[in-house]
Amino acid sequence: MAQPAGPPNFLTASLNRAVAWARTRSMWPASFGLACCAIEMMATGAAHNDLSRFGMEVFRASPRQADLMIVAGRVSQKMAPVLRQVYDQMAEPKWVISMGACASTGGMFNNYALVQGVDQVVPVDVYVPGCPPGPQSLMHGILTLQEQIKAAARSGR
Amino acid sequence: MSNPPDVVTGDLEALPSTQHAPAETSVPPASSRRTVHDLWMSGTEAPSDMGRFTDEGAQEMLADDSGTVLAGQMGTLVVDDYERRVEPSGDEIQIINMGPQHPATHGVLRLQIELDGETIRRVKPIIGYLHTGMEKTAEALSFMQGPTNVTRMDYLSPLHNELCFSLATERLLGIEVPERADAIRVMMTELNRVASHLLWSATTGLDIGALSMMIYGWRERELVLAFFEKTTGLRMNHNYIRPGGVAADLPDGWEEDVDGIISGVLTGLADYESLLLDNPVFLERTKGVGVLAPEEIHAYGITGPLARASGIGYDVRTAFPYSGIEQYDFEVPVFSGGDVYDRFLVRFEEIRQSLRIVKQARDTMPRGDYRTEDRKVTPPPRARIDQSMEALIHHFKIFTEGFKVPAGETYQAVESARGELGMYLVSNGDAKPWRLHVRGPSFAHVQALPAMLTDSLIADMIAALASADPVMGDVDR
Amino acid sequence: MTRVETVAASMEGAVVADSLGQTVVRVPRESLVTAVTAARDAGFTMFIDLCAVDYLTRDPRFEVVVGLLSLDPPERIRLLVGVPGDDASVPSITGVFAGADFYEREAFDLFGIDFAGHPDLTRILLPDDWQGHPLRKDTPVGSVPVQFKEANRAT
Repeated sequence: MAQPAGPPNFLTASLNRAVAWARTRSMWPASFGLACCAIEMMATGAAHNDLSRFGMEVFRASPRQADLMIVAGRVSQKMAPVLRQVYDQMAEPKWVISMGACASTGGMFNNYALVQGVDQVVPVDVYVPGCPPGPQSLMHGILTLQEQIKAAARSGR
Repeated sequence: MSNPPDVVTGDLEALPSTQHAPAETSVPPASSRRTVHDLWMSGTEAPSDMGRFTDEGAQEMLADDSGTVLAGQMGTLVVDDYERRVEPSGDEIQIINMGPQHPATHGVLRLQIELDGETIRRVKPIIGYLHTGMEKTAEALSFMQGPTNVTRMDYLSPLHNELCFSLATERLLGIEVPERADAIRVMMTELNRVASHLLWSATTGLDIGALSMMIYGWRERELVLAFFEKTTGLRMNHNYIRPGGVAADLPDGWEEDVDGIISGVLTGLADYESLLLDNPVFLERTKGVGVLAPEEIHAYGITGPLARASGIGYDVRTAFPYSGIEQYDFEVPVFSGGDVYDRFLVRFEEIRQSLRIVKQARDTMPRGDYRTEDRKVTPPPRARIDQSMEALIHHFKIFTEGFKVPAGETYQAVESARGELGMYLVSNGDAKPWRLHVRGPSFAHVQALPAMLTDSLIADMIAALASADPVMGDVDR
Repeated sequence: MTRVETVAASMEGAVVADSLGQTVVRVPRESLVTAVTAARDAGFTMFIDLCAVDYLTRDPRFEVVVGLLSLDPPERIRLLVGVPGDDASVPSITGVFAGADFYEREAFDLFGIDFAGHPDLTRILLPDDWQGHPLRKDTPVGSVPVQFKEANRAT
């Protein structure tokens, strides 16, 4: 994840942290719902468990306008190039959450058809386990990512 | 139940029990293997053995020789302007690609659309982006593990998948489940139909432009999912309906929960109907859109709400009843318009009828076992494992090797929320299926999209596609 | 005679059997198209399913299973067609039921069975450049070894 260049000095440290704070306040997800996890992702965005309190209820259809890609579901061999292309089309800074067992490791489908873990194709920041992970698990993953972004700013990486 | 070698299917028991050669864990061929790279820096490159895009069909779609015209328009035809000028034809045909990553395709469906202005000339659906190899995986899992595999197929109505698999296995085994198990199965699958239709109305409303449907439509579904979580342990993909019965009995207080669900859903449904069904914009967008003719329904094998909205009153629950559903009093709604509006009417009415069945099941739930007594098939209760050596051995055998199912083949269908969900199950007497083929309703519906969409506008295509309710897990398996 | 038996009697070379209460008709592959047409004309007008099974050690090796449905009265018929492994070809029934299109493509994709007369017999579920036919019984499931530190410790 790109930060203002160079290690933080006394001028830019606070700026880094402010920028990181701002970036976490409304990360717009790119809609990459594939299978069952997509349903739970939509349920997380719905009224009962509300993603809009994190500023994230707008699932952008265009990857150019999104900063977070939640890979929700199993990635088949045919879909892997599409996944990579969508990831490449996103602008920096961008993060990836691998939601569910199939996206993280191939899940229960250890066979010819699936990519065994989406981290073979894109770099992943947070893995959310579950099959499918409930809305609370996904929100925990999102909050973990937010902490990760803020911690990276503090330590200057 | 013995099944002698059949003159029609041959000697199934003579089939080898090692079903895959060579050994199970083997590395897939290089073209499909992804190597692990260190991808932790941003701006990284894709793995070098990444497959190329599937761009099939771009050229195949044009069967006539407007290909040169199109190539000229797309800049791929080299033309010497002084010598030969390519005359553009009066209409400009454009081929655009929709999906597989698209907000309105209800999953990873790719549509290649030949457009004449805003009108669709041809549509070619390209599927396979969610192919999970479930039929192959089913051959590697025992019959007890089978529901975990198939439940993730049609992920909006997982209990229907499990029910179909369990019924097929029970038919091969030749066992009956107790009445309480049947009643629990019926109640849970009808609740699942309600949840699936509510989700469908929310996402279809979103596609048509009624954003309130998306925001409010999930409320009542949460009631149903909370009950599922209480009973089965999971909100989705439950692995609850297993061969022999169900995995666990209903929890205490389930009657009040079900009453709450029924009243909550009916209130919400009244809201949604008043929001949508008289709205002039909604009527414009759905009346006369995406019509399917009866001949197309027969040719493509279209079942479920799509067929019932076109006047064909086929429902597996009434035609080939299962799990004792014939004892419940319900109607199958049939409308004859065949358009998106009638599909809304059918599904809203089906929610009401499903709740009617749920109410009857709740009122008349029989006492008894929630799974069959046959210890060769059903694991013993946990407490008995401490007391009885036989129970311990049965538990061990069932969960490691699995129970053996007599050789035979059968086709079992249930009425899922999308239509006729069928499973063709072949066993060779072993503890794992020899072949499981799933007949998913959405596979047939996606195939019928070109028939539904010819000469319609793009906006109509979105509405018609949404009304077909395809679930890509069902299509690609 | 039941309706299925009546229809089967009109198909050349058909053998009727009972499979756990369901009627199954085995037809030779040359007469598949006429058999399906006869079934459709006898009232089994709805196309339900077409799949393939690989019986590996049996001769013929493959089996193509066609399921049809009659709506009034509701009744099913299942046609089984044996397909030898070295000459894995079967006439396509897309001329009788347009809905067999995707199903035959899937059987071709996953088993390698050729459907003669199909308008567009290409891969449908797997990527276009995939080698092999995964659902055949001599193809492994393709699982990758899951690494556990304990198991990989030097022995």
